[in-house]
Amino acid sequence: MIAHAIVFYIFSLIAIISAIMVTVSKNTVNSVFFLILDFISISCLFIMIGAEFLGMIMLIVYVGAVAVLFLFVVMMLNVAQQKNEWFNSSGRSSHIPVGLLVSIIIFFELIIVIGGWKYKPDLLDSIAIEINTDLTNTQSLGSVIYTDYVHLFQLSGMVLLVAMIGAIVLTFRQRSGVKRQSYFKQISRDRKDGIELVDVENNKGVKIDA
Amino acid sequence: MAELFIFFEQIYRILFLLIPVLVSVAMIVWLDRRVWAFVQKRRGPNVVGPFGLFQTLADALKYIFKEIIIPASSNKVIFILAPIVTMTLALIAWAVIPFSETFVLADINVGILYLFAVSSLGVYGIIMGGWASNSKYPFLGAIRSAAQMVSYEVSIGVIIINVLLCVGSLNLSDIVLAQKDLWFVIPLFPMFIIFFISALAETNRPPFDLPEAEAELVAGYQTEYSGMMYAMFWLGEYANILLMCAMGSILFLGGWLSPIDLFPFNVIPAPIWLILKILFLFILFALIKAIVPRYRYDQLMKLGWKIFLPFSLIYVVLTASFLMYFDLLPGN
Repeated sequence: MIAHAIVFYIFSLIAIISAIMVTVSKNTVNSVFFLILDFISISCLFIMIGAEFLGMIMLIVYVGAVAVLFLFVVMMLNVAQQKNEWFNSSGRSSHIPVGLLVSIIIFFELIIVIGGWKYKPDLLDSIAIEINTDLTNTQSLGSVIYTDYVHLFQLSGMVLLVAMIGAIVLTFRQRSGVKRQSYFKQISRDRKDGIELVDVENNKGVKIDA
Repeated sequence: MAELFIFFEQIYRILFLLIPVLVSVAMIVWLDRRVWAFVQKRRGPNVVGPFGLFQTLADALKYIFKEIIIPASSNKVIFILAPIVTMTLALIAWAVIPFSETFVLADINVGILYLFAVSSLGVYGIIMGGWASNSKYPFLGAIRSAAQMVSYEVSIGVIIINVLLCVGSLNLSDIVLAQKDLWFVIPLFPMFIIFFISALAETNRPPFDLPEAEAELVAGYQTEYSGMMYAMFWLGEYANILLMCAMGSILFLGGWLSPIDLFPFNVIPAPIWLILKILFLFILFALIKAIVPRYRYDQLMKLGWKIFLPFSLIYVVLTASFLMYFDLLPGN
């Protein structure tokens, strides 16, 4: 039990320190790396409380895909310029008040949620789903999402689809003058329309119309 | 005291797994070069030791004694961290690979998800190495490989869903035991082919080795690395290839199970079968390296997103409806 507690405190310490470093670190790429470290230690915490499916999904989705895209975008930016704008000209920057507002709101929300969990003793009884402790949590999550609440799941899928199509439409631009490769065109080419035999007169050359 | 004993026993078990893996990585590099040479009618490495078997050890020794050069303009911490991350991620994944019914380091419930997660983290070694080098070619290589690995992970994930539909469990031992009567390579043959090609892309092997395409990018993300750090990238890469081969043999070729449950076959111990299957897949990897020319980058992306992803999604629907119709769904 002591070993469990020690490991728990190690992971939560890493999680908190790296979360602070995300905001404090001056290099944007370093911030993203600390964010990844944060995700990893939080998924370790998930695994420690027995939510192994959630922990793995956290690793796959956030660390394996989302953070890669973050890193991808951040590495492309001109980091030096951005650093100046964010930290050195604090007089003009309007990011800090907005950030403060958001963090205060989140703080109060957390207080309400944790207060409810701590001081309302019958909170666990008021949940809508029976918790079946015989099943592994992969199975029980599966039955809740795909059987009990399948319509809500489909609905959220539709919302995501709309968001995806919106993003594609917003960023799509038709470019002209791009030569695309068409396999069908290439394969269906034969000798007749590929080669033309021309008799060339001396000192005249050939006129090719492309 | 008892806890200390368990601790040392675990360390002993980990070493018992990791040292053979590292030795086999060295051997597999030799095998790769021999197969490559065989296809091109060359001899390949044949001088150091019998059949040149110790060539990799000699190479490793050479790398150890070479100077490690860290570029002045690089981000030093991340530059040094990158090969370590690659190597570590390639090795920790072996913890869940079952070599037989009892011989498995960590028989966890979500084994296949763990494998998938670790292999999707593998991209970080490359991105970190490419970015921290602070130079053009490594950066281009890193960006290419990030896009490539993220795209092919998607199709590998969908292929895994196909297998899981037939198994009904995320545990790797359960996946192997579900193939007792029929290896999944037979009903899911198209998925096996797509898995194999995606594994080539995921491990940056030819014909998809665009992140380190030597004709375009010198050596991609490894350009600035030298000495032991280069060797670590290289070992991690081959450990990853072995891991993908192991994943393929567990998902499709029945893991440690013998092909038929008859006398001469079922005497051979289970780990030998798994090793033989991994070797079979690896020789295919090596042959493809020698035979197939490199893809163009846009062709690679097109193959991943426009052909593999829709096809494997349709196959998921097909598998699910087949299992539903014939009432073969596991867990009913």
